[in-house]
Order: sequence, then C-alpha cells, then structure tokens
Amino acid sequence: MLVITCPYCQEAREEEEFSYAGEAYIARPAVPEEVDDATWGDYVFHRKNPRGWHWEQWQHVAGCRKVFAVKRHTVTYEIAGSWTLADGKALYLKEQA
Amino acid sequence: MANRYSLWSLIKNGLKHHESWQPAWKSPQPKKQYDVIIVGGGGHGLATAYYLAKEHGIKNVAVLEKGYLGGGNTARNTTIIRSNYLWDEAAHLYEHGLKLWEGLSQDLNFNVMFSQRGVMNVGHTLQDMRDIERRANANLLNGVDAVVMTPQEIKDMVPLIDISNRARYPIMGASFQPRGGVARHDAVAWGFARGASELGVDIIEQCEVTGLIIEGGRIKGVNTSRGDIMADRVGCVAAGNSSVLAKMAGLRLPLESHPLQAFVSESMKPCIDTVVMSNAVHGYVSQSDKGELVIGAGIDSYLGYGQRGSPHVIEHTAAAIIEMFPSFSRVRMNRQWGGIVDVSPDACPIISKTRIQGLYFNCGWGTGGFKATPGSGNVFAHTIAHDDPHPLNRAFSLDRFATGHLIDEHGAAAVAH
Repeated sequence: MLVITCPYCQEAREEEEFSYAGEAYIARPAVPEEVDDATWGDYVFHRKNPRGWHWEQWQHVAGCRKVFAVKRHTVTYEIAGSWTLADGKALYLKEQA
Repeated sequence: MANRYSLWSLIKNGLKHHESWQPAWKSPQPKKQYDVIIVGGGGHGLATAYYLAKEHGIKNVAVLEKGYLGGGNTARNTTIIRSNYLWDEAAHLYEHGLKLWEGLSQDLNFNVMFSQRGVMNVGHTLQDMRDIERRANANLLNGVDAVVMTPQEIKDMVPLIDISNRARYPIMGASFQPRGGVARHDAVAWGFARGASELGVDIIEQCEVTGLIIEGGRIKGVNTSRGDIMADRVGCVAAGNSSVLAKMAGLRLPLESHPLQAFVSESMKPCIDTVVMSNAVHGYVSQSDKGELVIGAGIDSYLGYGQRGSPHVIEHTAAAIIEMFPSFSRVRMNRQWGGIVDVSPDACPIISKTRIQGLYFNCGWGTGGFKATPGSGNVFAHTIAHDDPHPLNRAFSLDRFATGHLIDEHGAAAVAH
C-alpha cells in the first residue's frame, strides 16, 4: 500500500484515496496538424515506462479531487515527494536538463 | 531423444533406484557467436527457441535468462488457457496457440498437464450478457468453440456458485469454452527447455543482458553479465522488462509495466472442476491438481517493476470471489505473489520487427500471455527465421500504433485487463 501526500491537502493518506493517472509531463506536439503519424502515435501511445525513478500523476479522487505530480521509484516503490503539477514540472525540467 | 520419457524409462530408472536420470537440459558455457539470441528464458522465449530449431532448422541459438528458467511470469500466472477473443486477428492467434496446446505433451514428450476442463466467463448485467452473446457468436464464426449458458446450467456445472438474487451483482449467465482449461506452468518452461536443448539450443541461465550492440542500424550482438555474445538476429521476449531492453536500442514501446497479483488457498478436496472468470466483479478461480484454489486479481493501477502490489487489490478480488462462492469465505489463503505484466494500449501483444535490422520484439501480452505460450513462440520463430511476420501475427506489429489499426481487446476480450 502506497502512502501518498497530497500537496493540496498537505496530508499523507493511503493509496486507496487516490487514482493513478499515468506518466506526467508528456509533451503534446505543438502543432498537431503538422506532425506525421509516427510522431502522433508516439505522443498518444508510447511511454517511458522506466525501471527506476518515474514522474507520474495521481488524482486525490476521495479528497480534493485535484491532480498532482509524484516522483516514485518503480522498483522500490519509494516516493521522493509530491508537488503541484506546476511545481513538479519545474523540478522535472531541471532534472532533464 | 537421448533421454526419452516413457513407461519403459520409468520402470528402468525405478529399478535403478532413480539414480540415473539425466538432467532435462544442458547448461553450457555461452559461445562467442550464435545465429539467433533469444533474450528471456520464460515460456515464450523457450518456445521461440524450440520452434526455431524444430520448424526452421536454426539450431545455433542461445536463450539468455537473467535468473532461472520460468522464474518470471511463467511461474506467476493462474495458468488459464482459452482462445475466446472477440476480434478476428486475436481469435486466430490465440486459437493457433490452443491447437498447439492440444498436442503439446506428445510433441515435447513432457507432460505439461494440459487439462481441458473448460473456461466459463460469467455475466452479471444485461450488457454483460449482450457482450457474451456477441462474443460467443464471433467465436463460432472464427471456428472457436463457445456456448452461452443459463444460470441453471452454470449451477449444474458448478454447484458451489451462488446464482440467487441475493448477490449484489446476480449472475445472469455465462459463456463457456469447453476446449479451454489449465496447464502446469513450470512444466511448460521445462518441457520447452528440454525440447530446445535436445535440438541443440544453448540455454544459459544467470546471464543478464546489459546492452545491445548495434552498428549502422543493424543488431550485432548483446552485452551480458557473462561477456559479449554476438548474433545477427536477436529476439527480445522479456515481458515486464521489455521497455528496459527497448531503451538499450533507443526504442520506445507503447507499454506500461504493472504488478499483477494472484494467490492460492490451502489444499482442499475437489470442489470446482472448471475455470470460473468474472469480468464485472473481477476475479477468477480454478482448482489446481494439488487442491488449492488458484485466484487471480486485477493489475495494480500504478506502474511498477517490484513484483509485488498493494493489499487492497487482493482484498477486492477476495470479495468478488466470496460474492460468487459464499462457501469460500472460510478458506484460508496460503501464498500470494505478484508478476510484472507489460500492458499495451489495446490489450493485444506486439510480435514485431523493429527499425533496427535483426532486432525483434515479442511483448505486450499483458495479463494474458500464458495461454499463448506455444502459439507466441511458434509465430515469433517464423518472424525471426524469415525476417517477416507469420500471417497470424502480421496485424500485431509495432506499426499499428502509428497507423491506428489497433485490435481493441480491452473491453472485448472475455475478462478485464
């Protein structure tokens, strides 16, 4: 059972209150009309699916219902932290750079 | 076959106090060069190697396994075998597998304990029943056996099931595939390993692939924990770890790896002689030859490689099983485990060439790969041997995620994925 902290409610709660909402910060092609099928298919279907640290989205469905970002390890299931989507994105981009 | 199993060999070895049985497969040192390397020594990988050697005459093959044979999902499933898929492409692929299952023990000279006890998919709502009728009709048109059952017929076959209106989701009927059933999962890996080894395939355990050697868009070999091994053709059959291998080649796959849990009870006297699956309340149960109830849960929603999931998923499944079988409420559970399944967006596998010449992937089987083990190996061996897909797996290419020709079995297959 994961124990997840909602950055809005500021409280650690059990996983059952939350709903997993997939990989975070997938960039949508800026001009969808101009990309080819392979690029669009990559955006819609392909995922990083890493064995290690993963930036992902969770929704606090049984609480504030807001979506936020969590950095979690996919082997140990350790959670490094949770942030609002905007705060998390700044950290995520810094990590990627 | 040097070490052929028969009643005669049993008597002969019995008279020698069972001290002269030979190992079922050889464990050689890896050579420097092979014609084909298969990454992943689970059922699908071993089946691929077996059919490469048997049907395509390619015997200079290595199967590299990072742990021990069949220690991943092959040993972590609920062993259900069926082919009652809705769409033509999927039905044909899984039916091909089911036909191979029917002769597999004889073919391998190894008892895989394939038992065609039937697979029942129960419906709890009007829409379930409409879907069941549609699927059963589609199955019949594709030459797959299917019967639609009334609640009374279900009760006659499975007396312990509750078909009353007291249930939160009363059972309204079911589809039944008489040719479906279960098999012994370990025996499948061992049987294919023995068959492949006998034909000259090198089975190398404790050998983890750490990198792929690619030059000029062609695969040249693999880096492993036991040194570099070269080959012009490499087939990856790594289930939950497929994305990790793909990343070594700079590829992205449309997969997400999730934990999938299952559990078994203490041994009991025979009480259920078929497989009962429910899509709507999500649980499935059969009884093993040892008398254990084998119960499968759904996937954990989050991405995970940890081979374990969250307890509330098990709780949910146990509730569903007790809803259908109230008398199981006093049964004690013995063991629980998780495997890592690679789920694709359309719940159908990817058996495909890649843009790297000589590199092939067989993955995305998600929660239902065991049933396809021989069929998957058979068509993947063809794909590798001819550098061209078998007609049965042509539709299961990676391209479909660019062209949009998905084979959407998510809601359509007999059970939720």
